[in-house]
Amino acid sequence: MEGYIFSNLVALALVVSAGFALATARRSDLWREAGRTIARRRPIALGVVLLFIAIGLLDSVAWVDGAKDGASGGTLSETQPRTVVDRFFPADFKERSYSAPLADAEFYGGASLRYPGSHLLGTDILGRDVLHLTLKGVRIALLIGGLTSLIVIPLALVFGISAGYFGGRSDDVIFFIMSTLNSIPSLLLLIALVMVLGRGPVQVCFAMGVTSWVGFCRVVRGETLKLRELDYVQAARALGVSNARILVRHILPNVTHLVVITFVLLFSGLVLSEAILSYLGIGIDGSWGQMIDQARDELSRDPIVWWNLLAASGALFCLILAVNFVGDAVRDVLDPRTVREDV
Amino acid sequence: MFAYIVRRSAYGAVVVMGVLAILFALFFLYASPQEIALRAVGEKAPQEVIDQWIENHGYNRPLDELLVDHYRRMLTFDFGRSDADDTPIIDRLREGAGPSLSLTLPLFVLGLVLGIGLSLFVAYFRGTYIDTAGVVLAVLGMSVSVLLYIIGGQFLIGKLLRWFPISGFDPSPDLILRFLALPILIATAEGLGGSLRFYRTVFIEETSRDYVRTARAKGCGDGRIMARHVLRNAMIPILTRVVVAIPFLFTGSLLLESFFGIPGLGSLMVDAIQGNDFATLRVMVFIGSLLFIFAQIATDVSYTLVDPRVRLE
Repeated sequence: MEGYIFSNLVALALVVSAGFALATARRSDLWREAGRTIARRRPIALGVVLLFIAIGLLDSVAWVDGAKDGASGGTLSETQPRTVVDRFFPADFKERSYSAPLADAEFYGGASLRYPGSHLLGTDILGRDVLHLTLKGVRIALLIGGLTSLIVIPLALVFGISAGYFGGRSDDVIFFIMSTLNSIPSLLLLIALVMVLGRGPVQVCFAMGVTSWVGFCRVVRGETLKLRELDYVQAARALGVSNARILVRHILPNVTHLVVITFVLLFSGLVLSEAILSYLGIGIDGSWGQMIDQARDELSRDPIVWWNLLAASGALFCLILAVNFVGDAVRDVLDPRTVREDV
Repeated sequence: MFAYIVRRSAYGAVVVMGVLAILFALFFLYASPQEIALRAVGEKAPQEVIDQWIENHGYNRPLDELLVDHYRRMLTFDFGRSDADDTPIIDRLREGAGPSLSLTLPLFVLGLVLGIGLSLFVAYFRGTYIDTAGVVLAVLGMSVSVLLYIIGGQFLIGKLLRWFPISGFDPSPDLILRFLALPILIATAEGLGGSLRFYRTVFIEETSRDYVRTARAKGCGDGRIMARHVLRNAMIPILTRVVVAIPFLFTGSLLLESFFGIPGLGSLMVDAIQGNDFATLRVMVFIGSLLFIFAQIATDVSYTLVDPRVRLE
């Protein structure tokens, strides 16, 4: 299967499951109320996050214009799959080298450009449009957070709930695994994992998943230990309800809020760690971290090239800031233990 | 108390064994000798060179022998030679520890004092504009990537203002501060947001306790309440965060050291990553974990020192 078709299917599946989750959440008073409170308290941050998600999704939907085999003698742009985001830019939107934002000529040398005055954020050393690259980075950033959470959440839920609910031997084993993984400094473990597994988006996300599930697992285990002793769980057990049914009907719904809180709080940390990996040369291709890493020597050029660094770190900053604000609101609303503060 | 320390250390020893097992699984079972050799000598090397490399570095022995050897060498600190340039790893560790500590120790103290001081200040003014500004600034500061702090700081302070050299290191006493000032300044600013937010939450939770109200009722001044009552009662969460950070003083900071050209353990790690030096990588992860496990035990024990109510049995 072609890569872009898979990406289209994943985007479709994400939209469908998000719609399904929203429809389910709307039926419950708790989630509807929580959603409203968050939207009221952090409207701008929520809007920014949704905008980033929209860009990421649009960049995942791609199709080919011309004949795929090039039989009609199509140019490169007609045989390559292009995403919705790509289509906002001309097909061959490239220059030969650096050009400043909205410049008419190349930055060094002053040769005339193919698209004078149309590169909103200038071009990089290879002449690629920086705005385009920055927008493509959105999908990578969301992929880092999303894919890693897909690894972390099920892992932590299964281990945390079974350790907390069944106790005894399984608790001992899981607790030992957790404390062992937790004893390796996470950046060192992350680097070791990526070095051994090799480079690539899936490997990096897997490595970040392995290093970050322990904290969440511990929270789930603690919560399950508490829930297990509650009257309605005891009553269900006395009535002879099977363990599997108790876990699905009584325990799981009561840790869902923790899943949401963890997901939002985890996200910004993951994207920032990927930037560090990018600097070490083991990050994901096309990420903002990699753009920043490539731009770090440009500040010592004369005259300096600043737009690359600014575009990538500005986009990174906006996303992380918005997610941090939304994350705080989510935690305040969903976690009964936090003190309500109206900042 | 003594029995607790013994029991806790015994569990720590078991965890060390677990860490070694994970390292073995990663570096010997998952990554095959062939793969490690290919990365070390290059993709296009002829098979004889690869075989020779595998034999020279002892990766050709049977797995059970490798396993025993791995445990024996790590536990006796006989780390062998680097996969990249054949220097004894222990020498590199000794050389790097000094520069790393000279960077991380002042950084640690400065970050701690500033973090706690500012948080006490902000928590004291809770609910006012000062508090709001502090929280917003902390979140803004936390949202900026470390890379940007370092690149931006080097450019602004080192290149435009020319206060300090951009990078480099010199261990002589009259020069060392000039070189370390910039990384310490940048890293302190970078860490401040996170610690401000953490300590502020801790202090605010404490200031809403009954004993604060009582102290106020008996006529205790606000400054005295913060410094004597709140700070002391907040020691447990503070210790949890601080003691666990101590191992990182030894392993150094990857990014700072490599950006500023400080020849410490962080640079050693970066070299190992870039040179596909699995032997050094393994040792660094092991040393980091060992120190971390010690720190976790120390944290648990230190709870009894700051809070007589905590009993370790």
